[in-house]
Amino acid sequence: MARAIAAAQLAPPPATAPPRRPGVRLRAYPQLVIGAGALLLLIVGAAIGPVLVAYGPTAADFSATLRGPSAAHVFGTDQLGRDSLSRALSGARISLLVAAGTVVLSLVGGVPLGLLSGLRRGWVASLIMRVMDGVLAFPGLILAMAIAFVLGPSVVTVIVALSIVRLPPFARVVRAQTLALGQGDYVESARALGASPARIAVTHVLPNVLSTILVQASLAAGAAIFTEASLSFLGAGVPPPTPTWGSMLHDAYPYLEVNPWQTLVPGLSIFLAVLSCNFIGDGLRDLLDPRERTRRGSGTGTWR
Amino acid sequence: MATYAIRRAIQLLALLVIVSLLTFVLMRGLLGDPVLLILGPDASVDQATVQRLRHDLLLDEPLPVQYLDWLRHASVGDFGRSLRSPITVHDALLGRLPVTLELSVEALALALLLAVPMGIQAALRPGSRLDVALAGLTVTTLSLPNFLLGILLIFVFAIRLHWLPSAGYVPLTQDPVAHLRFMVLPVMTLAAAYTGNFARFARSLMLDVLSEDYVRTARAKGLPNWIVLRRHAARNALIPLVTVVGVELAGLFGGAVITETVFSLPGVGQLLTDSVLGKDLPTVQAIVLFLTVAVVVTSFVVDLVYGVLDPRARIAYG
Repeated sequence: MARAIAAAQLAPPPATAPPRRPGVRLRAYPQLVIGAGALLLLIVGAAIGPVLVAYGPTAADFSATLRGPSAAHVFGTDQLGRDSLSRALSGARISLLVAAGTVVLSLVGGVPLGLLSGLRRGWVASLIMRVMDGVLAFPGLILAMAIAFVLGPSVVTVIVALSIVRLPPFARVVRAQTLALGQGDYVESARALGASPARIAVTHVLPNVLSTILVQASLAAGAAIFTEASLSFLGAGVPPPTPTWGSMLHDAYPYLEVNPWQTLVPGLSIFLAVLSCNFIGDGLRDLLDPRERTRRGSGTGTWR
Repeated sequence: MATYAIRRAIQLLALLVIVSLLTFVLMRGLLGDPVLLILGPDASVDQATVQRLRHDLLLDEPLPVQYLDWLRHASVGDFGRSLRSPITVHDALLGRLPVTLELSVEALALALLLAVPMGIQAALRPGSRLDVALAGLTVTTLSLPNFLLGILLIFVFAIRLHWLPSAGYVPLTQDPVAHLRFMVLPVMTLAAAYTGNFARFARSLMLDVLSEDYVRTARAKGLPNWIVLRRHAARNALIPLVTVVGVELAGLFGGAVITETVFSLPGVGQLLTDSVLGKDLPTVQAIVLFLTVAVVVTSFVVDLVYGVLDPRARIAYG
């Protein structure tokens, strides 16, 4: 055994071995590559897709309702004769808009709150965290339904509702990391040099919590797409005639027996979009913190 | 244990106050004048009636007074009258509650029953085919919206195979067999996401315990493998799973809303959806508060149970 190891150490490296390039080997993170690729495809599809399709997403044709896939309508038509491919592509725009809006809004709100309550002690910090605990206690979907109900249904209110639901996890994660970093030597020495808390937060703490924020953001994007689809499926989200994946499912569900195709298209879209966001989140976590991978095993964290 | 319980109870009270305040601010602070909502948009009533209604509903009082009044009534289960039906919100909620409870408890039981053996098996052979399959199943079920899974199950088992009904409900107390026939698909739908999640937690808890010294000691003294696993490893590993179940309760109720709507189960979730669509403010407010309080109180109980099962938790909480 020992001799074999010694022999292996003495042997020259095989000539065919490629030189190790510096940087990240993306092949080691297939989840990240697959997820990012799928998301990129979705973004491109949402950006240029609606222009390429011959039918408008809300153009009804009562002579061709509930059709299966054909040359004219690749994914068939719904109960009003609207082209499903066109509606799915327009729905992708809404889903991406809601995901981006929710992530940006909850980042803008949650990160400063987390930094503040992590760096400052006193009643303001504990009040912030108690309110965050309070918001977290609500079942997310039910709180989102209530907020959308109060503000009246529209794309903007859905984004606001989802941001309120998704903000506390950001604040909490950032606070926990900030508290841990606050014990660190370099933060201590910055403080000793007379740096203001705001300066410490921006130049010393923020760059170190960035990787955590990035992972959280991709999981939150998936959660936003998921919850928006749930709201729209229940009829409590983005109002018609705006095409969304959730409302397409809502419309198609009663015709499941006659035309199952109409549920398949929006259903698969939701599933694949959420899956790619979760893949990106898991992949980023493995990439940015390899120790985590071995400890907790693969799989998505809870975000519902 | 008493100190721990009292500390947790104080935290519980604080959280309940915050939750009720948030609900009140959201519903009454943001919505504006409930009188207009009660009377409807096209009601033509004179100003005197509006004033009297405002006075009767305490709407001319300052907001803190309104909040305390609302809280006093809500704490004894008086949520007022529904705007859409002649019965009180309290009665409507009470009538729907058993369905939601049955659905949630049955789904939770199914998820744990499947997840614990899967997680343990995966932990015993990390990197094996079963382990990889479990990881795949977890990320799949977590990304699969439950309404989609519900529709899929209905399509396969109700429409194509005609094995099970696609919608409807029979109370458990009335006819257990018929009840189960109606509940199989909804329970599977709701349980799916939690099965993967619980299994993943069981796996990582079990992995942690398997590397503990006392497991090695048990092995070293020659105990058969299954006794080591059952008595020493699994029993200790699975205690924290109790807290995970507590954490997931909020999500479980959210999932129940969707599942009930897909399968036309007459539960609290379906009532919530109907009330949101019908703009029934008192009912929406009551359900949001009720479900959230249920989540908060249940996780308090879960924490207490955990404190009893694992004395270390009492110290860790401080």
